[in-house]
Amino acid sequence: MPTFYENRQLVTPGDLLAEGNYLTGDNTYKENDKIYSTRIGLVNYKERRIHVTALKAFYVPQVGDIVIGRVAEVGISGWMIDINAPYPAVLRASDVLDRPFRPQRNDLPSIFNEDDLLIAKVVAYDRTRDPMLTVRESGLGKVTHGLVVKITPTKIPRVIGRKGSMISMLKRETECRITLGQNGLVLISGKTLEDEQIAAMAIRKIEEESHTSGLTDRITQMVRKEKGGVENT
Amino acid sequence: MSKIPKKKAKKPKDKKWARADGRKLDELRPTKLEVGVLANADGSAYIEQGKNKILAGVYGPHELHPKHRARPDRAVLQFRYHMAPFSVDDRKHPAPSRREIELSKVARWALEPALFLEYYPRASIDLYTEVLQADGGTRCASITVAALALADAGIPMRDLVVACAAGKVDGHLVLDLTDVEDKNGEADMPVALMPNFNAITLLQMDGQLTSKEYEKTLSLALDGCGQLYKIQKETLMSKYVSAKEEVEE
Repeated sequence: MPTFYENRQLVTPGDLLAEGNYLTGDNTYKENDKIYSTRIGLVNYKERRIHVTALKAFYVPQVGDIVIGRVAEVGISGWMIDINAPYPAVLRASDVLDRPFRPQRNDLPSIFNEDDLLIAKVVAYDRTRDPMLTVRESGLGKVTHGLVVKITPTKIPRVIGRKGSMISMLKRETECRITLGQNGLVLISGKTLEDEQIAAMAIRKIEEESHTSGLTDRITQMVRKEKGGVENT
Repeated sequence: MSKIPKKKAKKPKDKKWARADGRKLDELRPTKLEVGVLANADGSAYIEQGKNKILAGVYGPHELHPKHRARPDRAVLQFRYHMAPFSVDDRKHPAPSRREIELSKVARWALEPALFLEYYPRASIDLYTEVLQADGGTRCASITVAALALADAGIPMRDLVVACAAGKVDGHLVLDLTDVEDKNGEADMPVALMPNFNAITLLQMDGQLTSKEYEKTLSLALDGCGQLYKIQKETLMSKYVSAKEEVEE
């Protein structure tokens, strides 16, 4: 049962990763007992299971994900939300109101209008249906202030870091509230625009350098330096 | 009355014969690839193969419009091969010609086997290749650069796809024909390959070859694909390796 790469080595689509009795993980597929990569990424052999951590991918909805989306269309009984996925998401008016929805009475644009940003949760999705969202939970709903940064969805775990080390450091050092959408959108809201911009810069840096080691320390240093600079001026 | 000189029969193994650009028979044109050249597309790539210059951009997977064209069981791949008006000597009318529509179709067929279209039902993946300058072999170069753009967009693929042509010019079997060689030659054979599976996804030929010549030409084209695959893969990896080195310095 040979494997053909080292752990964390860069692979491209079609590369033969292993032969024999292995299991496919993320971004891999199996044909004739051979496991191949399907995306450019870093290979990860974990006992019998083989993953490729993609360096670039798009968001595919999963039930339970928190996402940040934009209202694309106000319909008759709900909204269509652009969540940066292959499919538009549906948010039904009856799920938003806490009383029965009456099309004649309730004015949907006054609740959420086109181009509003929402924090929402995916409640239903499979390959036959478009994803369905809800905002009836704490922390969800319309975004009223802050800065939104868009990054590759696969890098969200890196922004969180091991056991949340990166995100808690970012929140602490920049003094911002940071909401991560699993679809690659990150909402930053802080006391000042400068704080938000520093956090945004740090997140972009994480995206660019996500596959390098010692990143948390470098980001910490960068944020501290930037913060110091702002305070001095 | 002056004697009319007898027309010499072409010797197939004429040692003095050389290609117009001085290349060896089995030599590719100098090829340069780049990825991620466009900011607005989800994935992009650029190729220069000799005088060919082609740009590719990918969008998707995303919703398909008009909706009636969507398939309930798989995504639709839309491919547009287009030549810019200034890509050839005489201005080319910008509207898609019969030839461009056909090439769009064969290039799409060459790439479809490499994609997991069944993962994204009802969606569409849009590929646009724009030939900025043409000098023969643009269908092959389009496929090579399109596959790279797909990988750059993070669209899952069974394998990359490379394409390369081989053919017969003045009785010699040669690799990677230029426009002049193609037009004056006896045969031209574009081949697309999924290199890790050794699976051919496109094979066309015009002109005439004996069955022996056919086999030789095919293996010549496949060799060319192999060479191109190396460049393609290096290009794709270099985007991330260079970023890594920059940081670690």
